[in-house]
Amino acid sequence: MTEYTEMLNRERNAEWRVALRNSVPNKERIAIERVKMTEVEPHERIKSQTCEVNRGLKAEQAQREASRCMDCVTPTCVEGCPVSINIPKFVKQIEAGKFLDAAVTLKEFSALPAVCGRVCPQEKQCELKCFYQQKMQKEPVAIGYLERFAADYERLSGKIQIPKVEARNGIKVAAIGSGPSSLSFAGDMIKFGYEVTVFEALHEIGGVLKYGIPEFRLPNSVVDVELENLKEMGVTFEKNFVVGRTASFDDLKELGYKAFFVGSGAGLPNFMNIPGENLNGVMSSNEYLTRVNLMYANQSDSDTPVMLGKRVAVIGGGNTAMDAVRTSKRLGAERSIIIYRRSLEEMPARLEEIKHAQEEGIEFMNLANPVEYLADAGGRVAKVRLQRMKLGEPDASGRRRPVAIEGDIVEIEVDLVIVAIGVSPNPLIPASLAGLKMSRYGTIEVNEETMQSSIPEIFAGGDIVRGGATVILAMGDGRRAAASMHRYLQEKYKKPTGK
Amino acid sequence: MRSGFFVRKIKLIQRLICMNKIVEKYKLSENVCKFIVEAPMIAKSRKPGNFVILRVGDKGERIPLTIVDSDIEKGTITLIVQNVGASSRKLCQLGAGEFITDMVGPLGKATHIYKAGTILALGGGVGVAPLFPIVKAFKEAGNRVITILAARNKDLVILENEMRQWSDEVIVMTDDGSSGRKGLVTEGAEEVIKREKVDECVAIGPAIMMKFCALLTKKYDVPTQVSLNTIMVDGTGMCGACRVTVNGETKFTCIDGPEFNAHQIDFDELLQRMRAYKNEEDQARNKK
Repeated sequence: MTEYTEMLNRERNAEWRVALRNSVPNKERIAIERVKMTEVEPHERIKSQTCEVNRGLKAEQAQREASRCMDCVTPTCVEGCPVSINIPKFVKQIEAGKFLDAAVTLKEFSALPAVCGRVCPQEKQCELKCFYQQKMQKEPVAIGYLERFAADYERLSGKIQIPKVEARNGIKVAAIGSGPSSLSFAGDMIKFGYEVTVFEALHEIGGVLKYGIPEFRLPNSVVDVELENLKEMGVTFEKNFVVGRTASFDDLKELGYKAFFVGSGAGLPNFMNIPGENLNGVMSSNEYLTRVNLMYANQSDSDTPVMLGKRVAVIGGGNTAMDAVRTSKRLGAERSIIIYRRSLEEMPARLEEIKHAQEEGIEFMNLANPVEYLADAGGRVAKVRLQRMKLGEPDASGRRRPVAIEGDIVEIEVDLVIVAIGVSPNPLIPASLAGLKMSRYGTIEVNEETMQSSIPEIFAGGDIVRGGATVILAMGDGRRAAASMHRYLQEKYKKPTGK
Repeated sequence: MRSGFFVRKIKLIQRLICMNKIVEKYKLSENVCKFIVEAPMIAKSRKPGNFVILRVGDKGERIPLTIVDSDIEKGTITLIVQNVGASSRKLCQLGAGEFITDMVGPLGKATHIYKAGTILALGGGVGVAPLFPIVKAFKEAGNRVITILAARNKDLVILENEMRQWSDEVIVMTDDGSSGRKGLVTEGAEEVIKREKVDECVAIGPAIMMKFCALLTKKYDVPTQVSLNTIMVDGTGMCGACRVTVNGETKFTCIDGPEFNAHQIDFDELLQRMRAYKNEEDQARNKK
């Protein structure tokens, strides 16, 4: 039995948990229907970029939903969580009405519970492993909604509790990039007692949480509160700082930094390299979303412009494609169309995102792939030529491979095209580190267990290692890197330099 | 917790005091301002050809500017900006003692400086500013440097004295003949190329000027670098707004450039892309 499962067991046998378990028969628990998330009506929400679609649960809804959980002997849900949150504990705390305690439990494991409760693909993780889903073919406990509830409750209560941190050990470490992997890393390292600085190239902290995910899905104010918590714990943030450029790794070592976590992300947009892709009106989803989310280009007092379209095509079927296409609708597009080369079933976006997009009137043009963009007289994109596709044999990813239907080409009129076909690792940081072992895809190679790179004092995680994944996987990497960097530094500096 | 909060605030204030402070400001011409800005780390790490991205105000736009010069001892960098739009006007309105809200750098690849022999440096308008550090570096590397400064009229010629200090010869050319010789930069360049062997040419200025410089030097087979001032947002490879076609391939100006082989650039596409936000820019300029 591992230390972790022992801990889960011990917690489960706590008096209050046993009493709570026995207070309601399982039969009654099973009979409760899964809670429905309250959403703002589609016609209402598309009027605003900042109106959050999901409104969250009310206290009684949350308690009722939490009481569905049977507090299993072997909680399989935790196996599905990349940061190993003690899920049954916080769920039962909600059932018991101890909402603030539930938030504390979450923060033991996750630096960003209010974020994860909103953007994690729970249906593929904890909720997929829920007993209801696994053994009873019933809808799983809404763990994601409950996580969000606890985090929101704490934030709105004004009684935010800052997690306990060890006494400072005087050892300086740095995180490069301020996205989810770095924040999660920083949260754990500060708890262990290190002096942690997070370096960010942009003028805002948060990485993809700020420039990428739109406010209707993740309000910036929610991210800011989580950042404020990390600051209160003692994490230092340096904005406008590109490690390797503004100062080199050697400069930072001279300043006393003993180890580095590279979480610089996959901020290099992919294009398809087809004719017309550099026309005005064709841009990456990174550009489009950055202009709107980070630079507030849709607001009248912002100096940054963004190109608007009446007929907007978004190429791709991932979460970013959904974010971009839904943004275009909110910015006033008459037609907003997803163009995806496979069918709806293979779409990598979260089901909830696809559902929300459909409700908002987004058109889905599946089994179609752009082959060329055509310009109007002024040089702006006016049409996209699409190759119709059909599904063939499954490919390496297990999804059926799209195959072109010879000669089946259609043209549609567009005035804005957003390319959201994925990102590659950003070479800016790795390029400044001679001797760092990279894969041929440009990702940093690390030991999967320890997240340590070929240079012993450099650890890495998130998209710079994975090449494009999710917030929560990046956070899991950050946690693992923190744990192993902690071991590495304790080994190396057995007698810390004191307070 | 409160004490931690105050320590943080003090740290923050200390940082604000020493970061991005404008220590000197000069007016080089009606619409061109020169700033000496405190940025010790950038001053130390920058190389010729590098740029910074800066922002003025909380809702400010991120704008790229080439680092013209630096003083490591004083911890300052020199920036030159032409008041051409809403954002550059905001910057030009700042005075000595004020702060630039955000500034990050040095970004972009550094110029490849080596001993080539004779360098012909062509600067058009405010493009003379980014040309300056390159001229200086080539001169320091032991090259013969001939510099042509071109502008519409006398008032728009900038950095003439500085350029004379770092060039073997400076030719000033204006469209109206109000200073130096009357004519276009390409006319002066052609004379020099015909007159003596030029090993490398560097041209920086408006895209249309660089296009014609590239056409000229191609004719005479003189290797030519240009530095592009494309539209950018983040400046770190994240957005791709700065895409340019070089030798048939799409490159990002911010991380693959900003300097490219002039003979391989698709200038027509570049010119088109520079106009992407023309309407918005016009509106912003006329708003205030």
